[in-house]
Amino acid sequence: MLLLQVIVGGLLLGAIYALFSSGLTLIWGMMNFINFAHGEFVMLGMYVSLLVVMYLGGGPAAFGFGAAFALFVLGVVVYLSLIRYVLRGPMLAQILSTFGLALLLRYTAFWIFSANFVSLPQTSLSGTINVGGILMPIPQLVAGVIAILLTIGLHLMLTRTTIGSQLLAVSEDRGAAMLMGIKPDRMQALAWGLSAGAAGIAGALMAIAYPWSPSVGETFGLTAFVVVALGGFGSVPGALFAGLIVGLIQALSAFWFGPIYKDIVVYALFVALLWLRPQGLMGKA
Amino acid sequence: MNKIPALSPTVLLAVALLIYPLIFSGAFYLDVGVTFLLAAISASAWNIVGGYAGQVSVGHAMFFGLGAYAPLLCYKLYGWTPMAGIPFGIAASVALAILIGIPTFRLTGHYFSMATIAVAELIRIYFGTWDLVGAAIGMQGPATARGWWDLTFRSELPYYYIFLTVLAVLLSFTYLMERHRFGYYLRAIKAGERAARSLGVPVQQTKIRALVLSAVFTSVAGSLYSVKTGFIDPESGFGILVSVQMVIIAALGGAGRLYGPLIGALILIPLQTATNTWFGGGGTGLTFILYGGIIVLIARYEPGGIYDLWEQISPRLWRRKHAS
Repeated sequence: MLLLQVIVGGLLLGAIYALFSSGLTLIWGMMNFINFAHGEFVMLGMYVSLLVVMYLGGGPAAFGFGAAFALFVLGVVVYLSLIRYVLRGPMLAQILSTFGLALLLRYTAFWIFSANFVSLPQTSLSGTINVGGILMPIPQLVAGVIAILLTIGLHLMLTRTTIGSQLLAVSEDRGAAMLMGIKPDRMQALAWGLSAGAAGIAGALMAIAYPWSPSVGETFGLTAFVVVALGGFGSVPGALFAGLIVGLIQALSAFWFGPIYKDIVVYALFVALLWLRPQGLMGKA
Repeated sequence: MNKIPALSPTVLLAVALLIYPLIFSGAFYLDVGVTFLLAAISASAWNIVGGYAGQVSVGHAMFFGLGAYAPLLCYKLYGWTPMAGIPFGIAASVALAILIGIPTFRLTGHYFSMATIAVAELIRIYFGTWDLVGAAIGMQGPATARGWWDLTFRSELPYYYIFLTVLAVLLSFTYLMERHRFGYYLRAIKAGERAARSLGVPVQQTKIRALVLSAVFTSVAGSLYSVKTGFIDPESGFGILVSVQMVIIAALGGAGRLYGPLIGALILIPLQTATNTWFGGGGTGLTFILYGGIIVLIARYEPGGIYDLWEQISPRLWRRKHAS
C-alpha cells in the first residue's frame, strides 16, 4: 500500500513537471531554442503566488491566475527585449542570453526572498482524502489534476484553434507564414508568453502543495530538460507522458534508495537517453 | 620578428605579469594576482572548445572538479604528494569528455550545452553523498608542508609563478593550435558545421578532440586550485558558478580569441574582488546578480566580447590620431 501511495504521489508531482515542461518544449519546437531560465520562471510563479496571497488575499484561483498572468507578461517582455535579438545571432549568444537571465533571476530572488524555504499559508485546500486505502493530500491531488488538464488544454489549443495553427505555421516556415498574413514576431512573442505562463501556473500549483526556496529553479530547469529530452523536442503530448514518467522515477528512487538520489537518477537517465535515443520517446528521428 | 604581429603586445603583457608581484608585493594584491591567473587559465581552457569550436559548455566545472579532487584524494588515501594526483584528474576528465562528446556532438549544439550542465550537476550531487571523497564536507590537503614537493607554501609568491608558467604553456599551445590545421578545422566548424563537413573536415572527431584538450587544461586548473587552497568541497569544485565564471570571462573578453579570456579576467576579477570587499559576505549574492546581468548584456549587444568591440573602435581611434 505504501508503494502504491508513493506511485500516486510521484505521478501527481509528475503532472506538474509535464505542465512546465510543455512550455519549454513549445519554445524548442517553434524556434529551435532552449530556455535555460525556464526553471526560474517556475520559481517566480511560486513567489508571485506567495505575494498575491500575502498582499491581495484570495484563494488558489486568484494566485493561480496572478502567477499565470505575471509570467505571461514576463515571457513576452523577455522575448521582445532579448530573445528576438539573439535568435539569429551566434550559438554563444543564444545560450548565454537565457543562461545569464537564469542567474539574474535566481540570485535576485535569493537577494529579495533569502535562501530560506517558504510555503503558502494554509489555503482552502487542505486535509487528506482516502481513496481505496491510499491516503492522498488534497492539495497535491488538486494541483496534479489541474496540471494534467492544463497540459491537455495547451495541446488542444495548439492543434485545434486558429492561434495554434498560426503558431505552428510560424514554426514550420517563417517566410511562408509571413506571406499568409501572419506576423511571426507577434506569434513568437505569444509563444514565449504561453511558455512562461505555463511555467508560472505550474509554479502556483506546486506552491499549493510543496514548500520551496529560490534554488528550486535550477532543479526544475534541469528536470524540464530531462522531460523534454525524454518526450521528444517540440512534443506537448510527449512532455505529458515524460513528465509523469520522470515524476514516477523520482518518487520510486527516493523511496528505494533515499531522497538524495532522486535527482541523480533522473540526470543519469538523461545521459543514458542521449546515448540511446536522443530524439526522445515520441520525437521524430 | 614581423612574422608574429602579436609579439609586441605579448612581450608587454609577459613583462607586466612577471613583474606584478615585485611591484604589488602585499598579500592582498598577490592574492588578487593568483586568483586572476587561475581564472585566466580556466577560461582559456574553456575557450578551446567553447570559443574556438563554438560548442558552448555550461558545465565545465565537472573537469575542474575532477582535477581538484584527485590531488587531495591521493593525499588522503595514500599520503602522496598532492601533485601525484594531477595525472589521475586528467585521466578522469579525458574519459568523461569522451563519454559526453560522443553522443552529444552528433546532435545540434544545444544538446551539448544541456548535457554538460546536467552531468556537472549529477557529479556535484553525487560527490556530496560519497563518503570516500568527504561527502558534503569535502577534503583537506597537507596542513604543513613535508617538503617542497607538497607544494604547500605560506607565501602566495611561488603559486603566482607556477600559475603564470601554466598560463604561458596553455596560451602558447593555443597560439600554435590557431595556426595548425586543427585550428582551421575548429573555426570551419564554428562558422558552419554542414559546410565544414562537405569540405572534408572530420567534424565529430575534431569536436571531441577539442573537448578533450579543453578538459585536460581545465582539470589542471582544478588541481592547481585545490593544491593551492588545500581544500575542496562539492560546491567549490563542481558548483555551477565555477562553470559560469569560465564562460563569462571568456565571453566578456572575446570567445575564440587568444587573449580574450585574459582580458575578461583582467576586468572581472578586480570587479569581483571589489564587490566582495565593499559588500562584505553579503556581496557574493550581488556578484552573481552582476554576473547574470553582464552575460545578458554581452549576449544581447556584443557576443564577440570586448575584443571584437575594440577591433571595431580602434581603427577610428588610429585615424583620428593620424589626422591630428
